[in-house]
Amino acid sequence: MIGYIGKRIFWSLVIVLGILTLTFIIIHLAPGDPASIYIRPEIDAKTVATIRRQMGLEKPLLQQYIIWLKEFTTGNFGISFSHKRAVSSVIGEATWNTLQLTVIVFVFQLIVGVCLGMYAAIRHNTRSDQSINSLLLFFYSLPGFWLALMLISLFSLKLGWLPSGQMKSIILTGGIVQQVFDRIKHLILPAFILSLPFIAITTRFVRGSLLDVLGQDYIRTARAYGLPRNKILFLYALKNALLPLVTLLGLYLPFLLGGSVIIENVFAWPGMGRVTVNAIFAHDFPLILATNFIAALTIVIGNLISDILYFYVDPRIRMGGIG
Amino acid sequence: MMWAGRTKETVFFKRRFWRQFKKQKPALICLSFILLLGIATTFSAYLTGYQPDVQGNLVTERYQKPSLQHYFGTDKFGRDLFSRVLYGGRISLTIALSVVLLALSIGLMYGMIAGYYGGIVDAVMMRFLDFWLAFPAIFLIMTVVALFRPNPFILIVLLSVTSWMETARLVRAEVLSLKSREFVLAAKGLGISDMQVLLKHILPNSLNPIFVSAPLKVGEMILLESALSFLGIGVQPPMASWGSIINDGRDVLLQAWWVAAIPGLFIVLTVLSFNLIGEGLRESMGIRK
Repeated sequence: MIGYIGKRIFWSLVIVLGILTLTFIIIHLAPGDPASIYIRPEIDAKTVATIRRQMGLEKPLLQQYIIWLKEFTTGNFGISFSHKRAVSSVIGEATWNTLQLTVIVFVFQLIVGVCLGMYAAIRHNTRSDQSINSLLLFFYSLPGFWLALMLISLFSLKLGWLPSGQMKSIILTGGIVQQVFDRIKHLILPAFILSLPFIAITTRFVRGSLLDVLGQDYIRTARAYGLPRNKILFLYALKNALLPLVTLLGLYLPFLLGGSVIIENVFAWPGMGRVTVNAIFAHDFPLILATNFIAALTIVIGNLISDILYFYVDPRIRMGGIG
Repeated sequence: MMWAGRTKETVFFKRRFWRQFKKQKPALICLSFILLLGIATTFSAYLTGYQPDVQGNLVTERYQKPSLQHYFGTDKFGRDLFSRVLYGGRISLTIALSVVLLALSIGLMYGMIAGYYGGIVDAVMMRFLDFWLAFPAIFLIMTVVALFRPNPFILIVLLSVTSWMETARLVRAEVLSLKSREFVLAAKGLGISDMQVLLKHILPNSLNPIFVSAPLKVGEMILLESALSFLGIGVQPPMASWGSIINDGRDVLLQAWWVAAIPGLFIVLTVLSFNLIGEGLRESMGIRK
């Protein structure tokens, strides 16, 4: 038990270190000098040398790497060129904003996906199962950014029902109730669009998993005993069918992050995705490195959590001693 | 292909498979749509009298509604959108197909080697694969693109190196089960070299999972490439892809809806078609969902 989790944590650390190293290498492979941001033609050579020394650029690369790694792992991500303040404070805000969006998307897609999947499994090989399947395929084929634009032009520009972007209204009057309402209105479109592909994946997963369980001997036995259909379904089948879902948590995270990069940019949602893309256009390397790091960390932690959860929920792994 | 005659396993060469596939109506319709689209985008120069990157009269020809003259209307530079959508489609499709070809080849080789040699080789290779899987692909792509000016070649390479892992896993699993089959053992017993066994006996037999996943992957790549181009970190002007044309229409959603709407419809139809083809392949191979 301890050995299994310890091993997983060790590998996660190795992966994070590897990712950090790789991003460092990529950034230093790039043509051009990171100091060039601060250097203008009228500045004399001595000042240039000072700037370079302050940025630690004249040291050998390996030393730069070690210094950078030490600072980085203690949470000092440096100063953002474009925001002119500590990267950690920029990232902190952005992460919180992204978290609000992604958590809502995750919960929403889980509820819809599980219900649809159950329905499709109960009605499998009927017309409703087939129509759900086609609908999912359609969800999965929609480019989120395009759908966002189309829905914005319908609901925001034409009908004026929903805001077209940002997290909250600029001028906000009223008490806490109005504020919450305002936030929800801003969340509806981005959350809906971001959850579509996940609804597709979850539904398929739940359908397959439930069908598997329903085909097993113990369900047939329960049926032979004459237990009511609903009792079999909800009491015995569903529990076992939904357990493997925890492994999907870890797999969703990279896609959730990637999807939010795009959706945040369409809706001007001030989260990680938007910060990263803006950092890229501003060549803001400290910020790019930090967002890469946070993204990698999120994915690795997500995988770790789902591994550990799976270990707990599935006795076969616990007893079999995989890993 | 030299091994085509030797294998009995590659589904692609089985008559039964094709008989099944012919029954998949939606997949066939989609396949014809894709072929038609491929022909139309390749020969777009002959289909329209307009050039995708030639500006029209900026006073009289900007943002014209779709008409008989300009089937899909014009954009802010008075460029003909029909020719642009076809041209953009050529870029999008070329990138997506090249990426899938490259990613599948990498995945195939990687999975075969890891599965066949097993032991420490397999362990190390799978760890490396896990590492890549944990890498936030879109962030890596964005970082590299931020540093080097993006061009289609870099895009193809980046998208390929971040999308081969699934295939490698599938192929490895297939090879693991093939390795202990009699015909492989027999081949080894006859003293045939590892390379020969891999190429002539394992390879043709481990292609099946790839056939199913290939169309799905093409769809995925079209979506990813268009999203990157839409964000401005993919295909750069004067080149155009469906994603970047949608970006052109982003600020004129009400005044000129066609600029953003039409290329998006093309993406939806194309990706949906590839997904349905994948579905059809899976059905004809008798793989359960």
